[in-house]
Amino acid sequence: MNGHEDTPAAVSVDTFSERVVARVARGARFCGLFASADSGGNRLTAVLAEGNSLRSEVTVVPDTTEGFPTLSTELPSASWYEREIHDLFGLKPLDNASLDPLVLPLKAGSKYPCPGSGEPASPIEIDPTPSRTRLLGEGVFTIPYGPVRSGVFESVEYVVETPGEDIPYVVPRVFYKHRGIEARFDGTSVDDGVLVAERYEGVASVAHAIAYCTAIETIAGVEVKEAANFVRIVHAELERIVNHLESVVRNTEAAGQAVAYARLTLHKERLQRLRARLCGSRFGRSVVVPGGVTGPPRLDSNTLLAGLDGIEKDIRSDLSLLMSTPSFIDRLRATGVIPPDLARQHGAVGPVGRGSGQVEDVRFTRPYSGYQLLGHQLIEPRIDGDALARQRVRLDEIAGAFHLVRQAIDRLSELAVDDADWRVPVELANGESISGKSISGEAIGWAEAPQGELLYLVTVDDGVLKRVKPRSASFHNLALFSAAFPKEVLTDFAFIEASFGVSIAGVAG
Amino acid sequence: MPWIPRGLHDGVVTTRYPRRADGYGEGFHAAVDVEPGAAVDDRAYAAVTACPTDSISIAGSTTGGRLHLDRGRCILCRRCVDICPRAFRFTSDFEVSTQQRNHLIVPDLEEDDATLARTRDELARRVRILRRSLHVRHVDAGSDGADEWEVAALMNPIYDVQRLGIYFTASPRHADLLLVTGVGSLGMIDSLAETFEVMPEPKVVIAAGVDAISGGILRDGYASSAGVTDLVPVDVLVPGNPASPFGLLHGILLAVGLLKESRGHAVRPSTNSKASVEPK
Repeated sequence: MNGHEDTPAAVSVDTFSERVVARVARGARFCGLFASADSGGNRLTAVLAEGNSLRSEVTVVPDTTEGFPTLSTELPSASWYEREIHDLFGLKPLDNASLDPLVLPLKAGSKYPCPGSGEPASPIEIDPTPSRTRLLGEGVFTIPYGPVRSGVFESVEYVVETPGEDIPYVVPRVFYKHRGIEARFDGTSVDDGVLVAERYEGVASVAHAIAYCTAIETIAGVEVKEAANFVRIVHAELERIVNHLESVVRNTEAAGQAVAYARLTLHKERLQRLRARLCGSRFGRSVVVPGGVTGPPRLDSNTLLAGLDGIEKDIRSDLSLLMSTPSFIDRLRATGVIPPDLARQHGAVGPVGRGSGQVEDVRFTRPYSGYQLLGHQLIEPRIDGDALARQRVRLDEIAGAFHLVRQAIDRLSELAVDDADWRVPVELANGESISGKSISGEAIGWAEAPQGELLYLVTVDDGVLKRVKPRSASFHNLALFSAAFPKEVLTDFAFIEASFGVSIAGVAG
Repeated sequence: MPWIPRGLHDGVVTTRYPRRADGYGEGFHAAVDVEPGAAVDDRAYAAVTACPTDSISIAGSTTGGRLHLDRGRCILCRRCVDICPRAFRFTSDFEVSTQQRNHLIVPDLEEDDATLARTRDELARRVRILRRSLHVRHVDAGSDGADEWEVAALMNPIYDVQRLGIYFTASPRHADLLLVTGVGSLGMIDSLAETFEVMPEPKVVIAAGVDAISGGILRDGYASSAGVTDLVPVDVLVPGNPASPFGLLHGILLAVGLLKESRGHAVRPSTNSKASVEPK
């Protein structure tokens, strides 16, 4: 099975940046840069995807030094990660030109929260002064759009810099809803951790739970049973369908397609109710747990399949009419273009990447949770890179997800399942793992969330979570948001936002 | 043009709630109920310990104590239900909103009926003018993102709150009701206060979901305010994680006095208030 190489030995701070940049130059995809408190300093981990596996580069930045050489000069996609590390740890990426606060504009003198340090973060104060204006020119002004938006949206501020109609630059400011949720993992039990993961980015609870749990299962050295994996797939694919529908719904809303909006929100609600009938939660929560699942879907497979058939037929029919409605398509075509070259350089993930020529979908390239057991096809990426391409990718994936759910249900009904198979113990009741010791170690778990590749860097010490760092696809992709704008006008904004399909909770943390 | 028959395709899909009870119970976990008088045995203790948000408490002496569960903290993780099904079970009754924080604790605590009546009358007087046309402003004060989906669902054809004269508005200056989700993140404290400030009188505030009521799982977070109840004057609390669309609708109708709450549970509207929730 494809996977993650063991953690390599730390290299010196001076060579760290060079090594990461060299790997990217040789074709690796940059997945992120993360910090955690370590004895005598902070440990930095860069995660890279090479072929079908993940590799890390690690260094320790001693407390005695001011910071570390920036990666972002050579690797612009590292910039947001460096800003996040600066906000949370006070660790300075030297020579990073744009160190504006991203997730937490701490007031001068406040203590950095340093998640994973073992010390509970003390109350902090923030100082939300506006960021600097980027553009200088005659008649250029800024429109702060948010954080309280016009409509039912998550809070975020987009500072739009415009001479009147065009949008040469947009600055997303996400710190308004920073909840400090990463620190909530610190010191909790392995079992409680999944409840926090489910609430990190609430619209993708199942994907977060799976990514977290696979990391724990790797550390504990347990194998989840086939049946439990199929249950995970059922919930994860339903979550994907609903999230993709939501993105299309937001597009129809922006285009004023009232009937399409009403039809698609109706189907979305039907799916949410179906999910509630499977597990009690409209968001698939409390199903995925370390070692497996809490139980099978609570509908018999025939009822479930019949319910799915009805919903899929209606969705397919309405989406096909929508895709032949010129007044809708015209708003998406050539809007918010991310050129394939840029998507590759940035390592764009999920539908944003696949709308711009990127192939990777970790369900199939680094299979987890039993996806390798189901018949599947990688979806042909689109190369136009516009909002329409991203929507087409989502429509393909909706069809694919229905297919996967059906396969998982079929396979599940063929298995003779023992009650004990739903959940393999990762720890015995007395806190010991099945190997006789409390589980300790570190691992990276992943899942293809509806938004794209989701990573969980997990460190467990003696059965207790020491540090958990989730990296949502929303975080990675939103850094590209501004790049979609130079040629666009204010009325395109809503379509670009909807087609990115980002959850701000997953960005702000 | 082809959209016109499409819009008529399924006939009326809209719920009859609140005129009629809605059958939407099936399988949905709206809240946890506690069996009154359930014995406090080892299983019950195990449930207390397993609760990730300390929602369960034992009142009275250890022998013959009583179990209480605070729905304002409960994130519906189902551990207590799995560990001690004799004492805890899920209910699909979504009419669980209340006007007072301690009404979220089940079974009911002893309470002062006079205070309850006073709070209820005060709110009823304040909101009488809002009953036929209510403009709602939603503010996310640090949610996990799922809350917004549930709020937005109120505008889908199944809930279609416009039939009840309820509208979502972009401007707080047009708003009568402030619907707040999220834990009260530090970054949103000022924006939330400003939004409340510029709303015209009379105004009501709903805290939607346990994140907004108590901070949920992030109660002690360094960037959370343990809910929004200390940030704005909250009139109605809607539990849930997130609060479901029906739960929200019940909370909104409760806030404007179209439904009444009694001892922690809502009852059907009286005959005269029923008239004003007729579909238009």
